[in-house]
Amino acid sequence: MSAFWREYRENWFAVAALVVVVLVVAAAILAPLITPQDPYDLGNLNLADARRPPGFIGSEGYTHLLGTDAQGRDLYSAILYGLRISLQMGLAAGAVAMMIGATLGILAAHAGGRVEQAIMRIVDLQLSFPAILLALVLVAVLGQGKVPLVIALVAAQYAYFARTAYGAAATERQKDYVEAARATPLPGRRVVFRHILPNCLPPLIVVGTVQVANAIALEATLSFLGLGLPPTEPSLGMLIANGFQYMMSGRTWISIYPGIALIVLIVAINIVGDQLRDQFNPRLRR
Amino acid sequence: MTAILAAEHVTRRFSPRVTLGDRIAAAFGARVDRRPVQAVTDVSLAIRKGETLGLVGESGCGKSTLGRMLAGILPPSEGSVRLHGAPPMRGPHKITTRIQTVFQDPFASLNPRQRIGDAIAEGPIAHGLVTRARAPAMVAEWLSRVGLDPAYVSRFPHQFSGGQRQRVAIARALAMQPEVLVCDEPVASLDVSIQAQILNLFLDLRQDLGLTCLFISHDLSVVRHVSDRVAVMYLGRIVEMGEAAKVYATPRHPYTQGLLDSVPKLQLVGNASISFQPIRGELPSPLSPPPGCAFNPRCPKATDLCRRKRPALTPREDGTLVACHHA
Amino acid sequence: MSALLEVRNLRTHFLTRAGVVKAVEGVSFSLDRGEIIGLVGESGSGKSVTGFSLIGLVDPPGRIVSGSIRFAGEELVGLPPARMRGLRGKHIAMIFQDPGATLNPVMTIGTQMALAVQAHGGASERAARELAARILTRVGIPGAAARLNAYPHEFSGGMRQRVAIATALLHGPELIIADEPTTALDVSIQAQILAEMKALTKQSGTALIWISHDLATVSSLADRVLVMYAGRIVESGPVAAVLRAPLHPYTRGLLDSLPAMAAPGQRLNQIPGSTPSLLTLPPGCPFAPRCPRSTEVCRTDPPRVAAPARHALCHHPLEAAA
Repeated sequence: MSAFWREYRENWFAVAALVVVVLVVAAAILAPLITPQDPYDLGNLNLADARRPPGFIGSEGYTHLLGTDAQGRDLYSAILYGLRISLQMGLAAGAVAMMIGATLGILAAHAGGRVEQAIMRIVDLQLSFPAILLALVLVAVLGQGKVPLVIALVAAQYAYFARTAYGAAATERQKDYVEAARATPLPGRRVVFRHILPNCLPPLIVVGTVQVANAIALEATLSFLGLGLPPTEPSLGMLIANGFQYMMSGRTWISIYPGIALIVLIVAINIVGDQLRDQFNPRLRR
Repeated sequence: MTAILAAEHVTRRFSPRVTLGDRIAAAFGARVDRRPVQAVTDVSLAIRKGETLGLVGESGCGKSTLGRMLAGILPPSEGSVRLHGAPPMRGPHKITTRIQTVFQDPFASLNPRQRIGDAIAEGPIAHGLVTRARAPAMVAEWLSRVGLDPAYVSRFPHQFSGGQRQRVAIARALAMQPEVLVCDEPVASLDVSIQAQILNLFLDLRQDLGLTCLFISHDLSVVRHVSDRVAVMYLGRIVEMGEAAKVYATPRHPYTQGLLDSVPKLQLVGNASISFQPIRGELPSPLSPPPGCAFNPRCPKATDLCRRKRPALTPREDGTLVACHHA
Repeated sequence: MSALLEVRNLRTHFLTRAGVVKAVEGVSFSLDRGEIIGLVGESGSGKSVTGFSLIGLVDPPGRIVSGSIRFAGEELVGLPPARMRGLRGKHIAMIFQDPGATLNPVMTIGTQMALAVQAHGGASERAARELAARILTRVGIPGAAARLNAYPHEFSGGMRQRVAIATALLHGPELIIADEPTTALDVSIQAQILAEMKALTKQSGTALIWISHDLATVSSLADRVLVMYAGRIVESGPVAAVLRAPLHPYTRGLLDSLPAMAAPGQRLNQIPGSTPSLLTLPPGCPFAPRCPRSTEVCRTDPPRVAAPARHALCHHPLEAAA
C-alpha cells in the first residue's frame, strides 16, 4: 500500500487532483458549518437580495462572496449544498451500479454458455443506447426525488461495470490459480468470491471512480433539464439552469460559478481515476 | 503392483470457439477454421502404486492435456480415466481430492491476493481434512517441510522468489494428502540452481510420503532423474513407454532416439563439438496429421508401410512398449 | 592481430525507484575474430544486460556508468547514436530470445529483410530480396524464394528464429550477439539451429557471443565460456577445461545442479539459498552467503583477479585437476 502511494505521489498533477477532490468532499460535508445561509430554508431568502453580484453585502449583513441567484440565495452556500447533493447522488448511484454490474459480469463469465450470452447481449444492447435517454425516460416515469434519480442513474450505468467485470473475470478465470483452485477442488462459489472477485477489483475501482464523475454529470444534466430533484433543493445542475435566463443580461455569475464547481469536481475525479488506471495496469508500468 | 490411476483409450479434442464475428466473416467468404484439434488420441496407460511415471515430449505433443485429464481437471472426449476404478470427475467438475497438481508457473498458479497460509489451508478446511482451529499448525508444519520459514504464513506470493513460490505450490498440493501427485513442468520456469533444490525437495517428499507421481516435462534429463518409467509422446500419441533406464539406454523408436540425440550434452573433453543428429524438419500441424505413422515425414527409417499404416503400441521382449514398424 | 572486441571494466547500472541495480559490475573480457564465447548465468546474473550494453541498447533507467568497449579499435561507450546505428546491423548484429518481438507482424519477411539490407547502403529492392533468399536458404529454410512473401505468423517458432538469424547475417557482420536464441524452442529444433549456427560462423568467420542459462548448450557450441553471477564474470576459460574442472565454487555448484551429473533418483548436490538482490549485495564476494568454501575474508573483501586466460573471481578457488 505504501509503495502504491509512493508511486501515486510521483505524479504531482494527480496529487493536486486528489487534494481538490478531498477539499470538495470536505467542504460539502462541512457545508452547514462553513456557509452563512441554509439555502433550502425558504424563510432565509430575501427577494430584495436577488441577482446581486459577487461581493454584495446583503440585508442579513454578510458578504455574498459569489453573489446571489434569482431567489436571493447566497450562491456560495447554494453551491456547497448543491455539491452535497451531487456527491450523494454520484456515490450512491456508483456504488449500487458497481454491485449490480459486477455481480452480473462475474456471473456471466463464471456461468458461461447461455447465461453468459443472455447477460452480455443485454449489456451490449444497453451500451449501444445513449445513457441519458434511458435516464430521461426512467425519471419521467418514476417521478422526481432522490430515490427515482438514483434508480435512473444506476440503470444508465450498471452496464459499464458489467462489461468491465466480465472482461476482467473472463481473463482471470483462464489463469492458472483459478485452475489450481478448481483442481483442489474448491466449491464453485468459493472460486468466484475468494479467487476471481478479488482479482477483478482493481479495474472495477478505476471504472467506479470515473463512473461516479459520470453520475454527477448525468445528474446535473437531468437537473438542468428540470427532471432531477425538486426546485426546493437545488443541485448544481438546477443552479446552472436557473441562472441561464440571466446570462444575456450580464448576470453571468449565477450560472458560471456552479458550472465551475461542477467542472472542477468532475475533472479532478477523472484525473484521479486515470492515475489509478495507470497504476493498476501493469502494461503501462515502467 | 496394482495400478492406482489409469487412462483407458482417452482422446481429447478441442473445438475452436466460433464466435458471432467468425460466423459473419464466414458468411462473407472468409476462411474460418472450425476443425477440432485432436490434442490426445487413444492413449492408454496405468500408473502403479508408489511409482513415478515420466511423460516427455516437445511442445504440442499433448503431454499437458493428457496430464490434465489424468489429474481430473479436464474430461476426456472419449475413453475414461479411473482412480481406483472410479472416475475422478463428474461432468466438468473434479470430485476427488486424492489427486493433486503442481503447475508449471509458480507466478501464475498462486492467487496474487491470497496469503500463502490461506492458500495452503483453504483446500483442507473446505474438505474437512483439518479443523479451522488446527489449520495454522498444519500450515506451519507444511511450510517447514517444504523448506520455508513458518513465519512467512501471512505473506503474499509476490514477496517470494520463483523457487519459494513453487515450494508453496507443492505444500498446497500435499496438504490435501493426495495419493497421486501430478507435476506439470514443475521446474521448467526455474533457474538451474533453484531447479536442483526443487527436484531434491520432490525426491525427499516422494520418499517420505510414498507418493505416486505423474511427472510431465519437456526436459529429458529431468524426467530421467525422477522417473521409474517413462512415456514418450509425439503428436498426441505415446510412441514409446517403458522402464526409464531401458528407454534411455536403448531407445527403440526413431523419435525417442532423435530426441535423446538432440539434447545438448556437457562437452567435458577436447574441443567443443556437436555430436548429435538433429531430427529433420518440423512438427506437422495437429489439424492435419500425416497418414500412417505421425512421425514418418521426419523419420530416417520411414518406408511405404509407415506412410500407409499406423503402427500400434506393442510390447517388446523386455517389456517396453513401442509404436514403430521398424523397431 | 588485436582482439575484435575488448571489454574493460564495464559497469551498467539501473537507477530504479527502489535504488541502484548494479546489473553489470566490472565485466572485462575480449573476443577474437571468429571466436565463439558462451556467456552463462542464471536470471539476474547480468548476462543479457552485458549483451545489450555491447550494442548500445540499454534502455533507461539503465545506463553504462563506466568502462570501455572497443570494437575493431573503435570505442563504443559514448559513441554518438547515429554512428552506433551505423554499426548495429552492419558490423554487430543481435539475435533475441523471442523472434516474434523483432519481426513486424504486418510486413512480409521479404520486405523486412530487404529493408534491413537497404538500411546500410543502396542495394536495389531486387538485389536485396535475392540476397535475402540466398541467406534464408543458408539458414535452412526450404523454398526460401517463395517464403519471402510470407508473413511472420505463417512461420513456426523455429522458422521465425531462423529468419532472425538470417537477418542478422545479411551484412556479414564481424560479431553476432545471441541472447538465449534457442531457449523458447523445442530440443529437436534447438539441435538443428545449434548445428547451423556452428557451421555458419565457421564459414563466415563471424565472432559469436552466445548468451544462455544452459551450460550444455554452450558447451556444444562455444570455444570459451564466461560464467556470470550477480553482475560479475566469476570464471572464464576454455569450455572443456572449465566444465571438467571448474575453479569457482559457483560454477561447480551450477554443474552439480544438473540432473545429468547425478545418478537417477539421487539427491543433487544443490547450491543453497537463492540469487542475491542486486540492490543489496554483500560487501565482499556476492556468492559468499551461498558458498561452501567461504571464510571471513569472503564476507568483507571482494575477490580480485588479474584476468589471465583462465581465471576465477574467488578467494578460495578449487584446485585445477591435472
